[in-house]
Amino acid sequence: MARLNVFLLLAVVICSLGVVTSQHKARQLFQALEVQQERARQLEVEFGQLQLELSTWGTAPRIEKIAVEKLGMHTPEIEALPLAAKPAGGASR
Amino acid sequence: MMRFKGKVSHKFAESPLLELRMPPWRSRLMALLILGSFVVLIGRAFYLQIVNTDFLQEKGESRYRRDIEITASRGRIADRHGDVLAISTPMKSIWAVPPAATLTAEQTRQLAELLETNVQQLARKLDGERPFVFLGRQIPPAVAERVAALKLPGIGQDKEYRRFYPTGEMTAHMVGFTGVDDKGLEGVELAFHGQLLGQPGSRSVIKDRRGQIVEDVGSIKPPQDGQDIRLALDSKIQYLAYSHLKQAIADNKAQAGGVVVLDARSGEILALANWPTYNPNNRESLTGSQLRNRAVTDTFEPGSTLKPFTIAQAMESGKVRFDTIINCAPGRLSIGKATISDAHPHGALTVAQVIQKSSNVGAAKIAAMLPSQKMWEMFDAVGFGQVPRLGFPGEVSGRLRPWKTWKPIEQATMAYGHGISVSLIQLARAYSVFARDGDLVPLSLTRVDSPAPRGMQVFSPQTAREVRAMLEMAVQPGGTAPKAQIPGYRVAGKTGTAHKLSGGRYANKYVSSFVGFAPASEPRLIVAVMIDEAAAGQYYGGLVAAPVFAAVMSSALRTLGVAPDAPLEVAPGPTKSPILKARF
Repeated sequence: MARLNVFLLLAVVICSLGVVTSQHKARQLFQALEVQQERARQLEVEFGQLQLELSTWGTAPRIEKIAVEKLGMHTPEIEALPLAAKPAGGASR
Repeated sequence: MMRFKGKVSHKFAESPLLELRMPPWRSRLMALLILGSFVVLIGRAFYLQIVNTDFLQEKGESRYRRDIEITASRGRIADRHGDVLAISTPMKSIWAVPPAATLTAEQTRQLAELLETNVQQLARKLDGERPFVFLGRQIPPAVAERVAALKLPGIGQDKEYRRFYPTGEMTAHMVGFTGVDDKGLEGVELAFHGQLLGQPGSRSVIKDRRGQIVEDVGSIKPPQDGQDIRLALDSKIQYLAYSHLKQAIADNKAQAGGVVVLDARSGEILALANWPTYNPNNRESLTGSQLRNRAVTDTFEPGSTLKPFTIAQAMESGKVRFDTIINCAPGRLSIGKATISDAHPHGALTVAQVIQKSSNVGAAKIAAMLPSQKMWEMFDAVGFGQVPRLGFPGEVSGRLRPWKTWKPIEQATMAYGHGISVSLIQLARAYSVFARDGDLVPLSLTRVDSPAPRGMQVFSPQTAREVRAMLEMAVQPGGTAPKAQIPGYRVAGKTGTAHKLSGGRYANKYVSSFVGFAPASEPRLIVAVMIDEAAAGQYYGGLVAAPVFAAVMSSALRTLGVAPDAPLEVAPGPTKSPILKARF
C-alpha cells in the first residue's frame, strides 16, 4: 500500500513538472508567434508605404517631366507614325 | 502506543476530569452556536460562489486579462490598372492627461521640438484642467517612437491612420478625401465609404507583469480590413485630361472648366478633371471653389450641344429627314415678342447642315414641329433633369421644367440648349445615345469587367447613325469645329457656346463646350469639355473647347491603342475653314 502511494506521488510530481514545461513551451511559442505576427503587420505597413512611394514616383506628371526634360523625348508627329497592317477580319474601317 | 505502569488509561469520554457537574444545556448551546457559525459560513460561501461569482470572476480576471482592439485599415482606392490613388498608412496621435503630466521645463522643450510646436503653446495645453488633450495628430511613427523614448509621465500615444493621395490634385475631385478620423468627406471616399471602411476586431489576452502577451483567452474576433476599390478611372487618361484642361484654362484666361472622358462601350468614367482643383494631401487653405466637383455639381446652359437631340427626336418621329430643307433665312425668327437669331445668317439649310453650321433658327423651327411632351420625354430619357446617381456628393439634376408649363419661345430656345441646364457629366452621358446605337449607357465609377450593359433605347439605331454622320460633318471643314479633328481618326462632335445667365439676364460671359466621340466608325470614347468664361478674346466652343477635345481624345485613343479609322493625313489648317461664320 505504502509503495503504491509513493509510486503515485512520484507519478503526480512528474506529471505536474510536465505540465509546467509544456505550459512554458506553449508560452514561448506563443511569444514567437506574436513576434512573427507583429512582423507580418509591420511588413504589411511597409508594403503599403512602398506602394505609396511607387505611385508617387510613378505619377504621370513626373514621368512626363523626366521624359521631356532629361531624356529629351517628345510625342511623335502623326505623320511619323508607321501603322502596322491590320490582321484580316479586324475592326471595321 | 506506549503504556506506563501504574497509570490507568481512560477513554477520553470517561476521563475523570469530565466528571464535572455541568448543566446539559451548556453543551447543547455550544453545539448550536458552532452549528450556527457553520450555517453562516456556508451561506457566505454560497453568496460568493453562486450569487456574486460573475462580478468576482471579472475582478479577478481584470488583474491579468486585457481586451485588445485590433485595428483595421481603410481600403485602398486604385485606378483600373491597379495604380494606387489613395492609401492609408499608420500614424500616431500623441495625447496627454494634463493632471498627470508633470514635466520639467527641459522635458517640455524636448517634446515641443519633436512635435514641432511652440513651447509656450504646449506648456499651456499641459497646464490646463482638461482631463485629456491631443498634443499632435498624424505624427510619423519615427517621431512618435522618439517621443515614447522620452518616457514622459501622463503622455500617451494611439495608433491612427493617415490617408495619402499620390496623384494629388490631378484626381482630387474624383477620389475626394477623408477627415482626420478616417471618415470619407468627398468624392469616391464618401461615395464608397461603407465598403472602404474596415471593422476593427478584438481579442482577449493574458498579460504578464511586464505587459507582454502570454496567452489568448476566449475567442478572437478578426479585424475586417476595408475593401479595396478599383475605379474605372485610367490615370494616364486622367492625367492627359487634367493637363490639357489646365493648359487651356491658362491659355484662355478662363475661370473654370471640366473634362469628362467616358468609355462609350461600357459606360465607365475613364477621366473626370476639373479646374480649379486642390491638393488633397494638404488641405490647409481650401476654398469652396476649389472643392467643387464642377463636372458633377455645377449645371450650365449647354447651348448648341443640345441641338442634335432635338433633331434626332424630329427624325425619330418622322417630321424631318436628314436632307429635309429648312429655310433659315434671314437668320432671325420671331416667336411672340422674342427673336431668335443666328450669329451669321444662313439661307436654306438641310437638317444635316443645321447641325453642321449650328443654326439656332433651324433648330428652333424643327423644335416647333414637335409636341412639347415628346421633346420633354426625350430630354428626360437621355437623363437631363435627373440626378446621375453615381454616389458623388452634391450631384445635381439640372433644370428641365415640366412640359406643361413650356411656352412656344421656351421650346424654341430649349432646342438649342437655353432655358435648360445640365451638368457636364449628364451631357457626356447623353451623347452615348449617338455614340452607341441609340441607347443610353449607364455610367459606372468602378471598373466594369462584365460585358457592357445595354442601356435604355432612346432613338432607333438608324436615327443614331444618321445623327452621328451629321456630327461628323460639324467637325469637318465647313462645320463649327474643324479644330476638333484628329489625324487618323474620324471624329464626331458638337460645339456649344452659351451666354451665361447673370442676375437673370444673359451677360457677355460665355460657357464654351464641346462634346464628341471617336472613332466615328465604331465609337470608343466620349469626351466632353467645358470651359467657363474664357477671357482671352476667343469664346466660341469651336475655338476654345474643341482643341482641348482634340488633344485629349487623340492622346487617349493612342493610349488605349484604338486602331485609326481614317487615313493619316494632316488636318486642314484652321485658317482654311470659315469657323467664325457660325456661332453657337
